[in-house]
Amino acid sequence: MPTVTFTVNGTARSVDVRDPDQPLLYALRNSFGLTGPKFGCGLGQCGACTVLLDQTPLRSCVTPLSAVAGKSITTIEGLGTPDKPHPVQAAFIAEQAAQCGYCANGMVMTSAALLASNPKPSEAEIKDALAANLCRCGTHVRILRAVMRASGRTPS
Amino acid sequence: MNAAFDMQMSRRRLLKAGGALVVTLVAPVTVLATEQVLRDKAGNAQAHALLDKTLDAGAVDGYIAIHQDGTVTLFSGKVDLGQGLRIAIRQMAAEELGIGVDKIEMIEGDTALTPDQGPTAGSSGVMRGGVQIRQAAATAREALIAMAAARLQTPASGLTVQDGVVRPKAGGAGLSFAELVGGKRFDLKVDAKAPLNNPQHYRVVGKPLLRPDVPAKVTGTHTYVHDVKLPGMLHGRVIRAASEGAHIVSVDQSSISKFPGVKVVRLGDFLAVAAPDEWDAIQAAAALKVVWSVSDKLMGHDKVEQWLRNGPFDAEETLVKKGDAAAALQGATGKISASYYWPIQTHGSIGPSCAVADVGAKQATIYTASQGTHRYRPAYAQMLGMPNEAVRLVYVDGAGCYGMNGHDDAAADAALMSKALGKPVRVQWSRQDEHGFDPKGPPQALTLEGALNADKSIAVWRTEMWLPRATASLPTVPLLAPQTAGMPQPKGISTGLISQNGDPPYEVANVTVGVHWHDSAPLRPANIRAPGKIANIYAVECFTDELAAQAGMDPLAFRLQSLKDARGAEVLKRTAALFGWQSRAVAAGVANQTNNANKTNKTNKRGRGIAYSHYKHNETYVAMAMEVEVDRASGEIRVLRVACAHDCGLIINPDGLRAQIEGSILQTISRSLYEEIRFDTRRVQNVDWAGYPILAFPAVPELRIELIDRPAMPPLGGGEAAASPVTAALANAVWDAVGIRLRTVPFTPERVKAALQKV
Repeated sequence: MPTVTFTVNGTARSVDVRDPDQPLLYALRNSFGLTGPKFGCGLGQCGACTVLLDQTPLRSCVTPLSAVAGKSITTIEGLGTPDKPHPVQAAFIAEQAAQCGYCANGMVMTSAALLASNPKPSEAEIKDALAANLCRCGTHVRILRAVMRASGRTPS
Repeated sequence: MNAAFDMQMSRRRLLKAGGALVVTLVAPVTVLATEQVLRDKAGNAQAHALLDKTLDAGAVDGYIAIHQDGTVTLFSGKVDLGQGLRIAIRQMAAEELGIGVDKIEMIEGDTALTPDQGPTAGSSGVMRGGVQIRQAAATAREALIAMAAARLQTPASGLTVQDGVVRPKAGGAGLSFAELVGGKRFDLKVDAKAPLNNPQHYRVVGKPLLRPDVPAKVTGTHTYVHDVKLPGMLHGRVIRAASEGAHIVSVDQSSISKFPGVKVVRLGDFLAVAAPDEWDAIQAAAALKVVWSVSDKLMGHDKVEQWLRNGPFDAEETLVKKGDAAAALQGATGKISASYYWPIQTHGSIGPSCAVADVGAKQATIYTASQGTHRYRPAYAQMLGMPNEAVRLVYVDGAGCYGMNGHDDAAADAALMSKALGKPVRVQWSRQDEHGFDPKGPPQALTLEGALNADKSIAVWRTEMWLPRATASLPTVPLLAPQTAGMPQPKGISTGLISQNGDPPYEVANVTVGVHWHDSAPLRPANIRAPGKIANIYAVECFTDELAAQAGMDPLAFRLQSLKDARGAEVLKRTAALFGWQSRAVAAGVANQTNNANKTNKTNKRGRGIAYSHYKHNETYVAMAMEVEVDRASGEIRVLRVACAHDCGLIINPDGLRAQIEGSILQTISRSLYEEIRFDTRRVQNVDWAGYPILAFPAVPELRIELIDRPAMPPLGGGEAAASPVTAALANAVWDAVGIRLRTVPFTPERVKAALQKV
């Protein structure tokens, strides 16, 4: 059985898989117990499964494990904790930017990646960065405010 | 009962209480999430004692337990689906009990622990569920004061409750809840007359306290039903029929022999695979060679409106009869009429439905995101051949559902498989399963007729509706698993109360509202947010706009002249002020049409619309104004800004309420602009987000919301009402922009362009 080794949240991890094309999401959730990334569509359409490959958002539901061998993955659990939230997570808490929260993983991860590359995005840039992250509860305006807050500005 | 979750959970609750951030740490435990809170600090299980607690919805002990350490657990039949009940109900109980919300835990929707307070539906969480628990808390507080009075030998009138201690108002030592009743039962009926605190002295209710679940939700540590893992659990996937109603002709099990440990479950036409490894189960489900019979039972989405209107009908019902609408219409001059259609829609949950079931020989536990664990339990008991009491449904958060999505079906799938395999089974639906097979929001058709009096008031109004009937007394809609397995189950559909708000909320002397009921509709109609009311108010408020145009009056002034309800008038006026409503006698889009230069003008046009809703005619008041931009070339509608004034009586948590209003508006804009389930004679065709787009960030408008708090009034629902006027405000704004009336949802660019070509 092939072994795939890669770094998750700063720690080297290995997983034995029969199928190296198994999407990364299942290894994270079932092999490593990192259930922050969610299954939403399995098609890369909704963003619920988003993780970071270095600083770039990656859809773990359509990324084969073989493609991340030797690479470094960050999941939402590696970003921050309820005790020590990442600034984006703290802003989401302050703005109460989750209802059911199932999309929150993708929203937080994509926002964190955006701010890492563009620390002061305009509202249009935030909307653009999150355009392919779907929310059904209608939490969008709070998420926009949270990203503004995380960038150190007062949300409108 | 104490089946262990195979997970370590360190739950930290961040609750902002009285401005201070209170952090409570619950030690890691390996027991069921809903039971961990029942352990005392030494780790001794209080849960088992409490599992014998009463489920009596009329008893204080049904809802409230005060532990030996003085902390409180609430047992709520209503569940938090993301709408904020987890903090709102705590606030209501905390206010009456006299203890901080940080000292209160809450267990939701567990048939072994919580009273049956009805399903979490119809915007009833606070209005009914919270109010019941509030009354139980007030009863408990009176009892605590009486106990303290006896022990302190002081008149009860001289005592007060604060921070979990009953103490003399004059000062001096008091007695804590723990000393008075810790670990013991109240053995009291809920006293409907137990006095509620004076709203003027509220300290907790009305505050924007933070929800306890958000920190875990945004750090990936919140437990959803999708994350529940039991020892020995298998991953199940159901193979759906290639066409609705098709039967299995043959299954070639050798087609999946390369997947280790995969088991096939077949019961009639229920076909599923299970494996220890989830990816193996997914691949095996895709690889399994199945020959299905061909079935062409569905009518196709483009035939639904015609079918609705033509019948045959199951029943006829007159809902409103006031004056003589038929005679008034016959004698009326300038009579107008309009017909509207609302299509079949999916709940569109971002996480496809999921459940975990552990079915043993004599008892079963099902972890489910159901909105109605108590209500639907008999359906599972019947399916499993067990008495109701042997089946425990435990609510665990799922992806947002806005009515009955596929969660209850996934629970049935998992239960049936677990019974067949003798192991716990987790069933996770695919995206295609969810779009294809979740019970759907029902189709609705309406035709309205009306005419004006000489003074421009409404003289006569007739609404005719074509609706699938809700058979709400039945336990559930038919679940797919027993249906395909050929097991008997009650026939029924549960669309919610979809015939309400078909009559105008304005003074009209002659009104008739009638319904032609169908006994069902394609694709298992179910309740979806603000059931029926969005379509009905869309029709009623667009038609009101048409009458205003007929009268040559400003749409706001036209509504206010015949709206006699002061709270209704207030939300309209406040919305207009918040929006900056400019009075107009003639819609700009109509004025443009008289000008040939404008008519052929391909540039974008802006317009403003307004709509009003008195939800269910006796609940929340809400008005909405909207500005849209219509691209005449592409037919695309863009909502630019929305203003909404909202009066749901007493506000429990203003921030939570705001979130619900925001969500109602944005979700309904999405449903109005984009959403229709398309199907042919065999199956649903748009089974992913590419085929069934929903509102995305670039299309999100500016929202302005004004909350009207009425502390002396009962709290009403906040989860649905704001959805109800959205479509009408949007359509009325399009009329103002380009002079077309959009009477079929969704308002696609093709429909807009077609309508523009006709004017």
